[in-house]
Amino acid sequence: MTSTMTLLEDIIVVDFSQFLSGPSASLRLADMGARVIKIEKPGTGDICRQLYVSDVMIEGESTIFHAINRNKESYAADLKDPEDLEKIRQLLAKADVMLHNFRPGVMERIGLDYAAVRKINPQLVYAEINGYGTEGPWKDLPGQDLLLQAVSGLVWLSNNGNEGPTPMGVAVVDIMAGTHVAQGILASLYRRAITGEGAWVQVSMLESILDFQFEVLTCYYNDGRQLPERSHVNSGHAYIAAPYGIYETQQGYMALSMGSILSLATLLQCPPLEQFTESGEWFSRRDEIKAILAAHLKTNTAAHWLSLLEKAGYWCAPVYNYDELVQQEGYQVLNMEIVVKTTNGLSVTTTRCPLRVDGHLLASRKGAPMLGEHNTALEREFGLVNAMA
Amino acid sequence: MSALPLEGLIVLEFSQYLSGPSAGLRLADLGARVIKIERPGTGDAGRKLSIKDLWVDENSLLFHTINRNKESFTANLKDEEDLGHVKKLIGKADVLIHNFRPGVMEKTGLGYPQAGAINPRLIYAAISGYGTTGPWKDKPGQDLLLQAMTGLVYTTGNGGQPPVPFGIAVADILCGAQLVQGILAALVRRHKRGTGALIEISLMESLLDFQFELLTTYYTNRKQPVRSAANYGHPLLSAPYGIYATADGHLAIAMMDLPTLAEAIDCPELLAFPPDQAFAERDAIKNTLAGHLKNGASRQWLEKLQLRGLWAMEIYDWEQMTRHDAYKALQMEQEVKLGHQLFTTTRCPIRIDGERLYSDRPAPQQGQHTREIYDHLIND
Repeated sequence: MTSTMTLLEDIIVVDFSQFLSGPSASLRLADMGARVIKIEKPGTGDICRQLYVSDVMIEGESTIFHAINRNKESYAADLKDPEDLEKIRQLLAKADVMLHNFRPGVMERIGLDYAAVRKINPQLVYAEINGYGTEGPWKDLPGQDLLLQAVSGLVWLSNNGNEGPTPMGVAVVDIMAGTHVAQGILASLYRRAITGEGAWVQVSMLESILDFQFEVLTCYYNDGRQLPERSHVNSGHAYIAAPYGIYETQQGYMALSMGSILSLATLLQCPPLEQFTESGEWFSRRDEIKAILAAHLKTNTAAHWLSLLEKAGYWCAPVYNYDELVQQEGYQVLNMEIVVKTTNGLSVTTTRCPLRVDGHLLASRKGAPMLGEHNTALEREFGLVNAMA
Repeated sequence: MSALPLEGLIVLEFSQYLSGPSAGLRLADLGARVIKIERPGTGDAGRKLSIKDLWVDENSLLFHTINRNKESFTANLKDEEDLGHVKKLIGKADVLIHNFRPGVMEKTGLGYPQAGAINPRLIYAAISGYGTTGPWKDKPGQDLLLQAMTGLVYTTGNGGQPPVPFGIAVADILCGAQLVQGILAALVRRHKRGTGALIEISLMESLLDFQFELLTTYYTNRKQPVRSAANYGHPLLSAPYGIYATADGHLAIAMMDLPTLAEAIDCPELLAFPPDQAFAERDAIKNTLAGHLKNGASRQWLEKLQLRGLWAMEIYDWEQMTRHDAYKALQMEQEVKLGHQLFTTTRCPIRIDGERLYSDRPAPQQGQHTREIYDHLIND
């Protein structure tokens, strides 16, 4: 029924992208079996190699570079040098996928825009990520995660109503854009298998983060354009009724998601909640309800409350930080941690691809490449020659 | 564009709420024919789940948002005859998606071994909350609970605050999106080898993957990520990364060289901090900057910053954003037609061959396509 062949065996991805959005997409393709070749600028390489991000370094490079670029090869080439560019064209002729995240116009100037590359390889799936689309007044602005969170309204959805606009503390825009471009690439590879045609896939960070908000934006488009109002107490989601949120207890925090306030009154023995008999009030009077609940939950421990609620099947959970999480059996059985090794023998512990295929984990052991590590091997394998010589 | 990439493919969606159905929506927008398999009576429980009490018909606006561009087939999986029909459908399908708790599909007789025996070319895609083994496998896989248990709530807000959740169902959305990747890659393999596949993912694994930068850093130094004390931002990033109040609004300021910033906005106090201390002295630097920026208007600061190519933007709410030409140029909104009613939603964010993908086809009424599917796919 199933095959031991990896899903994307024989697929070659030539990846010009830097930082996170593009490289997170090619990481996923690599995990599913594609061969990813990073094209990097000689000397500096992917700027992410130097971009730290906290003060944690591995062999002089940021931890996140190693996390994002494991399981890839590196080919150093100066795209402004005609000889190097010619070799890149030769490589693209044999590739299945090309990916970049330069600003609009950059690849046109280099001569590697879709129209040009299509002539070299009509079956290629050419994919690009930009910040704000290829048209409009922002098209040349830097597509950086926090800035996209800022202009897309996303910062008005998290945290309490009396707090300022609050960004999500993970690079959610980069990751969503990478996810979407990988979807477009894979769908196009499927079409190519059927029809033999190449494709041009474009994703912008702005469109991706709008899509991420599709449920609440659709609400906004159709509710007379009322802006979201974050709950002032224990905010969880601007559009969801009490008790949705995180609560402090005598010991530890706990999360309560959706459920009946009257059931909570009984299960937690909290009589002041009994007055909220109309379920409509659980939204319209949510701050009041949550304040009562917050005060009540401080009178005992999270473990105590959770044991009462879990018995009744009420949707609740403890709140863990990383130290607590990694000690849980429920975390450990997932085998989410993998150790990858660089050519230098350096070991890095990171997370694996979240997908399982045919019951197997996708857990490559290959670490991130050194800059230009594969130049010689790739030139030999693909017969990349200096046509100018 | 000659054809949508997934034209001709049939996807059966045994899913409710958001994680599975958001995957079905993406496949539909990319050209697949997506058929929701719903139980008689209630159907997808998402039909009755509303936000802000907004309804399009008997179904919530939320349901319509997530399930547009799909068909619906009603079947009682506990009824032998209905189950027989569903098995025939599985024989014709390319992809099956479900987000039941572990064991439920197996009990029904539609686990992967059974479904794969009916159709060896089937791509069988399953979402769980916490994986299929271990002490949490039967826990409810609800978004906020997953955020709470994976440490995600310690990434957002300021250091002095309690844990702050993301105000979007991020686990559901990521999980659905990643499932789509697995399904599509399996379709690529199937074309080469003729083999089906079992693709599994959990909300928990999706949220751990989402935090891969933070977790890799944590595995390296075993130190909890620390949120900055003020101006929010990102636990791993140095000053000035964060949000700053100005005299008339807010600015987002991303990573940048401190001396250049000091010069651009005429804030010599920032020069007291050595640039290599931008992480260690993050809170003090941010306080200094915040004190300076509140004395001027957003526009004024932004001009100075952008003149030097520094990474900054104004903060917009949806009203300000939707009025902006940059938003309008995307043409991200689309109208969905339901009889004589219209509602506005977002389109698929992926462009193929230079074209935006629109579909004005509404979500199905429960069982709307049962007869037609029976006639053409089951009893043909």
